[in-house]
Amino acid sequence: MSDERTLQIQQISAHPGPIPGRGTQRAVEVCKYIDVTTCIGCKACEVACVEWNDHPFRETTFDNTYQTMPTTEWNYYNLIKFAEHERDGNFMWLMRKDQCMHCADPGCLRACPADGAIVQYENGIVDFQQENCIGCGYCISGCPFDIPKFNPATKKVFKCTLCSDRVGEGLEPACIKACPTGCLHFGTKDDMLALANTRAQQLVQISGFKNAGVYDPQSIGGTHVIYVLHDATQPETYGGLPSNPQIPPSYTVWKWLAKPAGLAMAFLGIFAVIFHRITAGPKWPQPEPEPVVTERPDEADAKRKEKP
Amino acid sequence: MSTSVERFDEDARREASRHGRTVVHRGELLRHPVYTRVLHWSVAILFVLSLLSGFGIYSAWLFRWLTPLFGGGPVTRFLHPWFGLAFDILFFFQFLNWFVPMTWTKADSRWTRRVKEYASNKEKLEPEDVGFFNGGQKLYFWAIVISGLLFLVTGLLMWFDDAVPRWLVAVSYVVHDIAALVMLAGFIIHVYEGTAAQPGTFQSMTDGTVSEEWAWTHHPAWYRDVTGRDPREDFEHARRRQGARARALESWELEQDARERAGEIGPAEPPER
Repeated sequence: MSDERTLQIQQISAHPGPIPGRGTQRAVEVCKYIDVTTCIGCKACEVACVEWNDHPFRETTFDNTYQTMPTTEWNYYNLIKFAEHERDGNFMWLMRKDQCMHCADPGCLRACPADGAIVQYENGIVDFQQENCIGCGYCISGCPFDIPKFNPATKKVFKCTLCSDRVGEGLEPACIKACPTGCLHFGTKDDMLALANTRAQQLVQISGFKNAGVYDPQSIGGTHVIYVLHDATQPETYGGLPSNPQIPPSYTVWKWLAKPAGLAMAFLGIFAVIFHRITAGPKWPQPEPEPVVTERPDEADAKRKEKP
Repeated sequence: MSTSVERFDEDARREASRHGRTVVHRGELLRHPVYTRVLHWSVAILFVLSLLSGFGIYSAWLFRWLTPLFGGGPVTRFLHPWFGLAFDILFFFQFLNWFVPMTWTKADSRWTRRVKEYASNKEKLEPEDVGFFNGGQKLYFWAIVISGLLFLVTGLLMWFDDAVPRWLVAVSYVVHDIAALVMLAGFIIHVYEGTAAQPGTFQSMTDGTVSEEWAWTHHPAWYRDVTGRDPREDFEHARRRQGARARALESWELEQDARERAGEIGPAEPPER
């Protein structure tokens, strides 16, 4: 009859006692929390992602690392980036699950010129609507994380959906479901931030990672995918995670200020020439005949009235 | 290089006028031959197509208005680079055809200094040193040359965005827009000047001819070049002729009035020009 996951009950007929769930505040913002310190690089999330999204298994690239391919692809949303790192003279393997970060202020959405091709849900998920995508690729240059990928066959752009089709049904994303070590978590943004901060504290105090911290970049208003890093001061070492991700000003200042201004100028220009024509008048080839009626209409009227 | 370009243009003009023709009536001058007109309108059509398809993508407010003209957003996005490329190629030939008469001279610098008088229509006749093209036309031409180059470079960067860095695409996006806005401003003025602002000008791009009066009014130095006569003298002559005709008409009208009052039936023909 009703879906109690989305519909909250206000009143119940002939029900004694309090209404179940009444007054609870739903925290709508969801978040994926990735603890890179417990990732073992098994790639179960990669496989689960490909399976859930019904993509064919594509060719991989071997470049002397354990990484499946250099970057995410249009039909491969989820990729663990492997980086060899030296810390205090010791070798360290940094494995970071790379996918769409679902920014609070999404650069892809700012850049997109097509009505309805990119939406951001209330819960923070940024989703591409391929039926409205015109394939211009502006989102690719608008993204600070290099995530959206172009499919040359369909001329549409694809990326991780944070399994919006699963989350909408109350399920966790496929990658979370598949993770065997529990390094992936899914919940509300508040809960995940609390969990991540606890873990970061643990790393600082117990495990000796003095710079451990949470990656939730505020330069783009925070993200709906957050990391706990061994060294939060150097996110770049984790396969190029930007420490200060930015949306190019051409998609913010230019698009929301200068573009409408330019458009307004164009319309003013059209008005200007029309009003120039009806005030300054046309420029006839000379000599043009002497005007019959004087310039001022009232004078002409007065003269007409003088005549009997 | 310039000689081979000239030879190419000569051949093209000759070939074009074999297929099309320009009829010059009495009192008219040939302004634009067939080849020039064909080039101009090809460039114009491709410009309008590029403009409309580009503006659909340029602004969210125009997206739903303009993209249906081309069959929807994806088709608009697919066609726009090809429209632009065709525009650039055709404009290249127009550049070859026109870069000699479009060369900037001292007369054009003088023209730009008195653009206020020109725009306010204070001066009925153009200064005697204004040749085949005036300073404004040349400015528009060179603005298109620069914009066309910018369109090509930035357009290719955005077209093949997977081969270039992200920031370069973001910069191209702005430069492409600025070039388009500059061209649009020039285009609005160009269309206005060519139609409503100066009667007799549009004919130069359709029939290829202009009246002699038009020529000595707007391009006196060119008039001197093609007719070998003095534009000011011819203007004065025309003015005197017109004055004489106006006086003749006036006296004829008075006579006619007098005859009507007397009940006579006289010659009804007005005096000839």
